[in-house]
Amino acid sequence: MSHTALGSTKRPAAFLVHWPSRLAWIGLGLYVLYAAGQVNVSWERFVSGLPQAAKLFDRMFPPNLAPDKLDLITTGMLETIQIAVIATVVGVILSLPLSVMAARNLSPAWLAASARVFIAVCRSFHPVIVSILFVKAVGFGALAGVLALIVSSLGFVGKLFAEVLEELNEKQVEAVRSTGAGFFSVLIMAVMPQVFARFIGLSAYQFDSNLRNSTMVGIVGGGGIGAALFTAYQRFDYDVVLTILIVIIALIMLAELLANSLKKIFR
Amino acid sequence: MTAVGPGLLSINGLFKEYRQGEPVLKDINLSIDASGVTAIIGPSGTGKSTLIRCINRLIDPTSGQIMFRGLDLAQLTGRSLREARCHIGMVFQEYNLVERLTVIENVLCGKLGRLPIWRPLLRKFSAQDIAQAFDLIDAVGLSQDFASRRADALSGGQRQRVGIARALMQEPSLILADEPTSSLDPKTSVEIMELLDQVSRQRQVPVIVNIHNVVLARRFATRIIGMSSGKVVFDGPPEALQDKHLNEIYGGEDWQA
Repeated sequence: MSHTALGSTKRPAAFLVHWPSRLAWIGLGLYVLYAAGQVNVSWERFVSGLPQAAKLFDRMFPPNLAPDKLDLITTGMLETIQIAVIATVVGVILSLPLSVMAARNLSPAWLAASARVFIAVCRSFHPVIVSILFVKAVGFGALAGVLALIVSSLGFVGKLFAEVLEELNEKQVEAVRSTGAGFFSVLIMAVMPQVFARFIGLSAYQFDSNLRNSTMVGIVGGGGIGAALFTAYQRFDYDVVLTILIVIIALIMLAELLANSLKKIFR
Repeated sequence: MTAVGPGLLSINGLFKEYRQGEPVLKDINLSIDASGVTAIIGPSGTGKSTLIRCINRLIDPTSGQIMFRGLDLAQLTGRSLREARCHIGMVFQEYNLVERLTVIENVLCGKLGRLPIWRPLLRKFSAQDIAQAFDLIDAVGLSQDFASRRADALSGGQRQRVGIARALMQEPSLILADEPTSSLDPKTSVEIMELLDQVSRQRQVPVIVNIHNVVLARRFATRIIGMSSGKVVFDGPPEALQDKHLNEIYGGEDWQA
């Protein structure tokens, strides 16, 4: 029965056209073109900007390593690191009970729902926006930055850790509960051992993120290197800007290494 | 059988419905004596696990009475329920060890109901509890070297031994075993049943065990309870269990493999 030559039998199409998804892609493409027209994003505009960019990069090199600038940068960076460390430690510790409250398998429904609303509010705004609020509330300086980053840590770690808790192996929990253990003993001996490694991972990621964000909160007066960076931009001291950017990149890489070794310890 | 005085555990008129109007347990009445191995046999889905879990209230019964040490377990809540659970050890089909804890930490979990929370939090268990845990690891046939090994590094049989040690750590007056051999190979299954039988005799603890395997039930139990569609249809010593009973329990003759 070798009637398999092309065209010998009429067969249905192997790949059906899925019109809804095709229309969605076309719609997205059209919207991007329309939006680009609205905000004046065009190739000509890009090309006309290039000489300006060349001038910027030209003025950035070489990076400014004058002692007084380095002093300023060191002070700013140290404050940035302090903001990130304090905000991460406090935020992560506070998000522990918060995520237990938000986990629907560990808390009554009303409590889980209210904790989730609180977490959602913490997550709603970018740390810079929260910073502006705290700068207005408690004044300029590192405290405002710390508070802003605690809020964003609560939002991020609280939400993701609650999700980790909801994926618990119930059998292990049930077994410990059946020994007559109370709620906190069950948390300590059946819940935490299952999720602690994930918690460390999330905390390390949050530290990384807080470190990046703590370089930003200074721009709105929340303390740290951001203030120096912003001032340097405004004074057109692009060589100082470059020095600061290099230090930030080095710091983020260092944090990455630290996070990796932490994850290895708490596997 | 007429119960001569109240046994250690007596279940009266127990019903359980997961969905209204569809009872899984229908009017269970049982009295369990203070010693021996009682095997509950029956097809899957007949309510054996539900029955055993109603006893320590991992599942809440719909109605009925479960009298144990002078209290109706079905009515207990909060602290008094946890206090009652301390006296009931449980062994699970899938061992249910906390995988990332060591063997000795898992065994010490059996003491949690009687400890203030700072002890497990700081892992500051009393020297006496630790000595008892080591004794039990020994007693269930594991070497002391296993104590600091993580539970996820053990084989099925070894895990079930740890599960039994955890139950014994509670110094229970009753042990419930929910299909303790169903995830094990035939040889290990026999070993685990031998161990349960042995601890029951040596420590004078009654064991109630759900089990598929009729041969194992006959060999180790002093009493067999046959269940079918949520009801007790046989209750007697293993010698009294005949093929006609098994036909009734399993509905036909397909139980003979």
